[in-house]
Amino acid sequence: MAKPEVVVLDYGSGNVHSAVRALERVGAQVTLTRDTQQVLDADGLVVPGVGAFAAVMEALTSIDAPRWIGRRVAGGRPVLGICVGHQILFERGVEHGIAAEGMGEWPGEVTALPQDVVVPHMGWNTVRPARDSVLFDGIEDERFYFVHSYAVQEWGFDQTVDAMSAPKVTWSHHGADFIAAVENGPLAATQFHPEKSGDAGMQLLKNWIESL
Amino acid sequence: MSLAVRVIPCLDVDAGRVVKGVNFENLRDAGDPVELAHRYNDAGADELTFLDVTASSADRETTYDVVTQTAEEVFIPLTVGGGVRTQEDVAALLRCGADKASINTAAVTRPEVIDEITGRFGSQVLVLSLDARRTEDLGVASGFEVTTHGGRRGTGIDAISWCREAAERGVGEILLNSIDADGTQNGFDVEMIRAVRHVTTVPLIASGGAGRPEHFPAAIDAGADAVLAASMFHFGPVDMIAQVKEAIRAAGHPVR
Repeated sequence: MAKPEVVVLDYGSGNVHSAVRALERVGAQVTLTRDTQQVLDADGLVVPGVGAFAAVMEALTSIDAPRWIGRRVAGGRPVLGICVGHQILFERGVEHGIAAEGMGEWPGEVTALPQDVVVPHMGWNTVRPARDSVLFDGIEDERFYFVHSYAVQEWGFDQTVDAMSAPKVTWSHHGADFIAAVENGPLAATQFHPEKSGDAGMQLLKNWIESL
Repeated sequence: MSLAVRVIPCLDVDAGRVVKGVNFENLRDAGDPVELAHRYNDAGADELTFLDVTASSADRETTYDVVTQTAEEVFIPLTVGGGVRTQEDVAALLRCGADKASINTAAVTRPEVIDEITGRFGSQVLVLSLDARRTEDLGVASGFEVTTHGGRRGTGIDAISWCREAAERGVGEILLNSIDADGTQNGFDVEMIRAVRHVTTVPLIASGGAGRPEHFPAAIDAGADAVLAASMFHFGPVDMIAQVKEAIRAAGHPVR
């Protein structure tokens, strides 16, 4: 079987080499690019992200990435957001009191973690995987590497619409419960860094690759 | 469940080799950094730290190579420090595959560089590393003084105030190294850890003085979120990381 082709979106977001290497390690043919056609054609698109919500959103917008992501999702083509690449999929991010618009794929706001715990939330934490999660299959009890000061702490998805299957939400806890991962049809995202989460992270990426 | 205490082996890299001495002197060879990084990854290290202990630019290139080779194959967070002075130095390390950079002397000399680096790359990218020692100098209120040049030069700067300022300026983490304890293997300086914990809420890595697994719980009780050591991992038995984690777990703290 041909290797699934994965594009890691290249828009100047910090260290993305480990994401590229990790995806290669678990069997993908990986390209680091911002070429429209390649981004749209790939079997899977990975959107990394580090730093500030507003800066990441601005950088993505400057290369038209939100439209590409929207088109892929509309066409049922898998997209995986990581860290701030996860956060920007929600409605908005509030950092230092300033709100920035996100992509609004999911309801909710990215807000500061509680002040009474050590922040940034940095290190290996446990998760409570969604039932029937594909990403966490076989690694439900593992720890993953997080590094962030903001998170989505409330999930307000309208599940009264019968025709829509509810997204699978995985939670973690640091001072408060927050969303560690979402799986929603072709669109998935993790607040932690699977590419930095050792064997458990490799398995999560493998689970994603195998779903492409 | 909660966040696990991180156990971090530190590799002091000089001209492409890992070295380690006592109180920063009498360096002895401890092996190939890429090989050691692999070994520690397999042994359950939660993160790795490379400190480039050389100053020459030729050796700096060697360190970049070492970082690149390690980042290709080891999928846990990698921090690199030693000689980081500017935003550009951080950018170069990130390009090689480092996840974080640590800054020491350059931040003491010009604290604004912290704002510059974290403004561009985010807080999570920058670790403030400081070498502190106990002092009788009455000008240093806390009794802990910042040193530079591997502990050989005092600065008269209060280490506790410095940690508070660096956190306010935006560092994402503090690596607190006790010069008095470094390399002695007699245990961490828990008073110093407690004093820093008291003034900041950023993650705190305790370093200096670890000699036995039983030394670690005291550092965590004093407020450390992570613990860093070199000699006892380089020269100890291969399961030393597991032994350290077991000691931490036995004391009631979560580990991975």
